[in-house]
Amino acid sequence: MYNMPDERGHFGPYGGIFVAETLMPAITELNEAYERYMKDPEFIAELDADLQHYVGRPSPLYHADRWSRELGGAQIYLKREDLNHTGAHKVNNTIGQALLAKRMGKTRIIAETGAGQHGVATATVAARLGLECVVYMGAVDVERQKQNVYRMNLLGAKVVPVHSGSSTLKDALNEAMRDWVTNIDDTFYIIGTVAGPHPYPAMVRDFQTIIGREAKEQCIAQAGRLPDALVACVGGGSNAIGLFHPFIDDESVKIYGVEAAGDGVETGRHSAPLCAGRPGVLHGNRTYLMADDDGEIIETHSISAGLDYPGVGPEHSWLKDTGRAEYVNITDDEAMEGFYALTKLEGIIPALESSHALAYAIKLAPTMAKDKIIIVNLSGRGDKDMHTVRIREGIDL
Amino acid sequence: MSRLKIRFDELAKEGRKALIPFITAGDPYPEFTVPMMHAMVEAGADVIELGVPFSDPMADGPVIQRASERALEHHTGLRKVLSLTAEFRKTDQTTPVVLMGYLNPIEIMGYEEFANAAQRAEVDGVLTVDLPPEEAEECVALLKARDIDQIFLLAPNSPVDRIKKMDAVGSGYLYYVSVKGVTGAGHLDTADVERKLAEIKQHTDLPVGVGFGVKNAETAKTIASLADGVVVGSAFISKIEANLDDPEQAKKEIIELIKSMRQAMDS
Repeated sequence: MYNMPDERGHFGPYGGIFVAETLMPAITELNEAYERYMKDPEFIAELDADLQHYVGRPSPLYHADRWSRELGGAQIYLKREDLNHTGAHKVNNTIGQALLAKRMGKTRIIAETGAGQHGVATATVAARLGLECVVYMGAVDVERQKQNVYRMNLLGAKVVPVHSGSSTLKDALNEAMRDWVTNIDDTFYIIGTVAGPHPYPAMVRDFQTIIGREAKEQCIAQAGRLPDALVACVGGGSNAIGLFHPFIDDESVKIYGVEAAGDGVETGRHSAPLCAGRPGVLHGNRTYLMADDDGEIIETHSISAGLDYPGVGPEHSWLKDTGRAEYVNITDDEAMEGFYALTKLEGIIPALESSHALAYAIKLAPTMAKDKIIIVNLSGRGDKDMHTVRIREGIDL
Repeated sequence: MSRLKIRFDELAKEGRKALIPFITAGDPYPEFTVPMMHAMVEAGADVIELGVPFSDPMADGPVIQRASERALEHHTGLRKVLSLTAEFRKTDQTTPVVLMGYLNPIEIMGYEEFANAAQRAEVDGVLTVDLPPEEAEECVALLKARDIDQIFLLAPNSPVDRIKKMDAVGSGYLYYVSVKGVTGAGHLDTADVERKLAEIKQHTDLPVGVGFGVKNAETAKTIASLADGVVVGSAFISKIEANLDDPEQAKKEIIELIKSMRQAMDS
């Protein structure tokens, strides 16, 4: 049976704890709390109740019948994480970490955000629990995701624009780490993806596996069997690992992670470390990265701010190396095809991140028989992307 | 025996403390670095910490972040830093040089290739901010085999078992980070430093250098009365940043500051 990571957070050579010494006591404290409360029936009951009544779980598994017929191959089922409170899968994790923070007696929450979805999900739970909240966001992302910045402000969070480096998600993460090291006694850092030092990759995964556990049950209930393939987009990879993890031991289920190819992997302007990067160490863990020959991190590109990250969760690196999952990539243009297909044929406007997974389903479904089943993780809704799409279409409101 | 051990033994014999300036290699441009290193030695530096620029310096405050950005504009990566060290060595055979930076450049080069290159460049110590001892076994072994010290950090919140661990795996010296925070930040509390150093000294015979927050001769003197070495970084780099249109002026001001620190520490 698949049982990763080891007690020091290793997925084979990946993962681990690579942080400055001042963070070590905080990480030890977090690890102890995580191990303790994940086995605590009271904690789990509170988490489950919140997921049901506050987030709105279980999210539906929806058979996209019309779209499947149009593609003429496998049946596509969508796991509707876009219907969660705050509009994406991110809240599954922030609810869990915030409850943990409260039990640990931390009064201040910090987070990094790219597209703003994780920032909004963090600001949301902080508001509900009455915790101070500071969100770090690259200055470039602040500009292209103004609406989410405003949402966070409404929720009472302070959004700090980060101007260092490339002024995007990786720099927001750097700045959050600097805050954490400075305010280590009262501050809990809610990382939004399955990266960072151990226990984050395992902990965030555990909070997100609700996606895959539900999907498995729902698929069996609706179709009477397991799916044949899973498809999810991979930036840091939290929605993907959430769907994949409960199926890892089901060998008949093929697993596809979809990275952002931006202008195309061959152009160098992309965010696809698993497809075109190499192993290295960044943000506390060893994993596939986009780095040059000197080990400096290369700037990334993707139409979707949520996939615009040069690293990836270490468990994905392990699943790639072992061959259990296959990692593919989808360009900005292809992602837009996925975006329009779902909008026009199913009446669902997807997030640009999720559109990468949808675009891969467009390629995959026709290669499979009509009685086969693909589950695509519809990780978020597209409201936040209206501005980006409109600019791309050249439409002035 | 490593140059660091020799240097700290000499200083102990003379009853003096090590002055350890840090500059980022390649800041503001690569040709500035080696003459600056020689000038620092002449002004009284005992060991030089040479920063290896990294695109994502998570433990550094804004001053050293910007120094890294300036250096990277001139493509001062790890290979270039090694060649600058080799150049420095041509005319200085005794002053220990410690490369300080982040793990990824070493990971991408490969541990063994890095260890060989560091040996060729006559590097004396390596301090990798984001490499705790739990993950450092392979790297430490390769460096040790080449007589290169791996220097580890201790923090105000490091418990006794961490201090013992650093003592066991580290060599050369231990670097005590005097404040919870990033480089160049915060106000250093002398009483806290004194208390923590007493605790650290119970568990190690390695020399202990103290850094983060030493900005002037007065603090340098106070820290020197408590520790075996005083590390100063952001205070020098601020001078580079304030004189980007006149690097020679920056050099002059850095030299003056080092001299005043040296004098205060020895008096």
